[in-house]
Amino acid sequence: MTGISEAIESGPVAQTSNLLEATERSSPSTWKRFRRHRMAVIGTAILSILTFLAVAAPVIAPHSPYRTEISQYRKGPSAEHPLGSDASGRDVLSRLLYAGRVSLSVGLVAVSIYTLIGIVLGGLAGFYGGKADSVIMRAADVVLAFPSLIIIITIVSVLGPSIWNIMWVIGLLGWPPIARIVRAQFLSLREQEFVVASRSSGASSLRMIFRHMLPNALAPVIVAATFGMANVILLEAGLSFLGLGVQPPTATWGNMLTDAQSLPVLQSMPWLWLPPGLMIALAVLSINFIGDGLRDAFDPHMQVR
Amino acid sequence: MARYLLRRLMISIPVLIGITMVTFAMVNFAPGDPVSALINPEAAGSLGPEWVEQQREALGLNAPLPVRYLRWGQEILKGNLGYSTIDRQPVADKIAVRIGPTLKLMVAVQMISLLIALPVGVISALRQYSFLDYFISMLGFAAISIPSFFLALAGIYIFGLELGWLPTSGMRTIGAEDSFIDLLEHLILPATVLGLANAAPLIRYVRSSMLEVIRQPYVNVARAKGLSERTVIYGHAARNALIPVITVIALGLPGLFGGAVIIETIFAWPGMGQLAIAAVRSRDFPMIMALNLVVATMILLSNLLADVLYAAIDPRIKY
Repeated sequence: MTGISEAIESGPVAQTSNLLEATERSSPSTWKRFRRHRMAVIGTAILSILTFLAVAAPVIAPHSPYRTEISQYRKGPSAEHPLGSDASGRDVLSRLLYAGRVSLSVGLVAVSIYTLIGIVLGGLAGFYGGKADSVIMRAADVVLAFPSLIIIITIVSVLGPSIWNIMWVIGLLGWPPIARIVRAQFLSLREQEFVVASRSSGASSLRMIFRHMLPNALAPVIVAATFGMANVILLEAGLSFLGLGVQPPTATWGNMLTDAQSLPVLQSMPWLWLPPGLMIALAVLSINFIGDGLRDAFDPHMQVR
Repeated sequence: MARYLLRRLMISIPVLIGITMVTFAMVNFAPGDPVSALINPEAAGSLGPEWVEQQREALGLNAPLPVRYLRWGQEILKGNLGYSTIDRQPVADKIAVRIGPTLKLMVAVQMISLLIALPVGVISALRQYSFLDYFISMLGFAAISIPSFFLALAGIYIFGLELGWLPTSGMRTIGAEDSFIDLLEHLILPATVLGLANAAPLIRYVRSSMLEVIRQPYVNVARAKGLSERTVIYGHAARNALIPVITVIALGLPGLFGGAVIIETIFAWPGMGQLAIAAVRSRDFPMIMALNLVVATMILLSNLLADVLYAAIDPRIKY
């Protein structure tokens, strides 16, 4: 058992006051603990900058990411093109900025889809137990036994590679870990006094779930979703790199690296592959650090550090 | 034990059936007609749509989906995985030659990641919260955050192109005689790239497992008996700390295979991953179906192996 529920239980406030008050009091210390995690703070700053660059791409990009110019075929960095141009003569810097929009939003959307599915299914399994529980958890086992990358490329080969297919395929396959977390949380919350009390005072199931249980089950879900986002960005980059993900001319950090599979590009045109690779690493590293910071912040045992 | 194993095997079978049903249904929805795909496009015009329809009927393609699934399952049980649509070779033969290279790569990756993760994880735990511990955890974060294909490209650039120390593609030097050294040289880059990414989560598990174990009473007893610190750590603590790590290794195998798909493609390693990408690119559905089946079987078997090893190593576990 981890998460806020434990923090509330072990805190001095817990015995006397109601849940809401306790949550309010514990949240500033969660935030404080997060701030003490230096790498998480740096990660948040870097991710904010990357997000800003992605959102503001249409304003700050020096060129259109799609405009091809044959005379600029794989030209090195210059005043006109600070990061050079690619095989179609497109401006690499502009593509890099626009690619951030795609890469970050694929991560966000796919993780949102599977987190939502995971919360619903895990919540049903944990709240009702019995048949619903065993059916849902067996389904989770089956999905987890799927060789996910192979299944994803199978689906992509059937439906054709596109940004939407990537998002919903990952979204539909990613839910089991989240469902397991939510189920475990619900199982332990179900037995706790404040939930039992709300049941005995006649609260409806919906009220119990949304008012009392879900808010207390969310901490580990948020942590898992954060790490999940880092993984999905890597996955999308890998698929797009192989040509099975988001298709050109739409730029993503992954498909910008596809060119580097040819040795001449790799050897003598670093501007084509170094920047997108570094951007992926930077974004994923920041998100992983944020996840680590959140995990520590939500875990009361980490206060000693 | 035998009964437990049997039960686990029985549970694996519905999982496998589920996976094949899902992939069979998906592939069925793929656009394109298998009959048209098999006939020579030049001859297609003269044969006409009626002929194609006849062939569909003869091949049983007009039967309902569940019926076709059952027929497919029968063939699989007889050992017939179908024929590749690229060159009409039996899929089973094409996969068979690919298993060896993939296994070689996986074994090398696993060896490299264990060689890194075991000592580093133990040291990290013994010096909890030290600078070294902090530094190792930073490196671990970097290893899981840098995309493996980027690391691979950087490796090819530095060690293959700039320094010229290592070959950058394939499994052996063309024209040279087969030798173990030659294989090792080709293995170093792909296995290290994948091994580094694989080692990072392992380090975390070894560390936390070790931290748990060194607080156990029997470790204190070992110390109290006057054993040297070395014996206490390596003879008593580390041996017990490694037991749960076995499960983590087995559960990580699907992810490892996923990584191999990308790495094999970059390094032109003639394994199943490269075959899978080639099959997807040319929409070779019999091959894709078979690969799904083979990989899922491998994953389920490795999970089973983990359970067996777990029980074999830890005498406290009884079934």
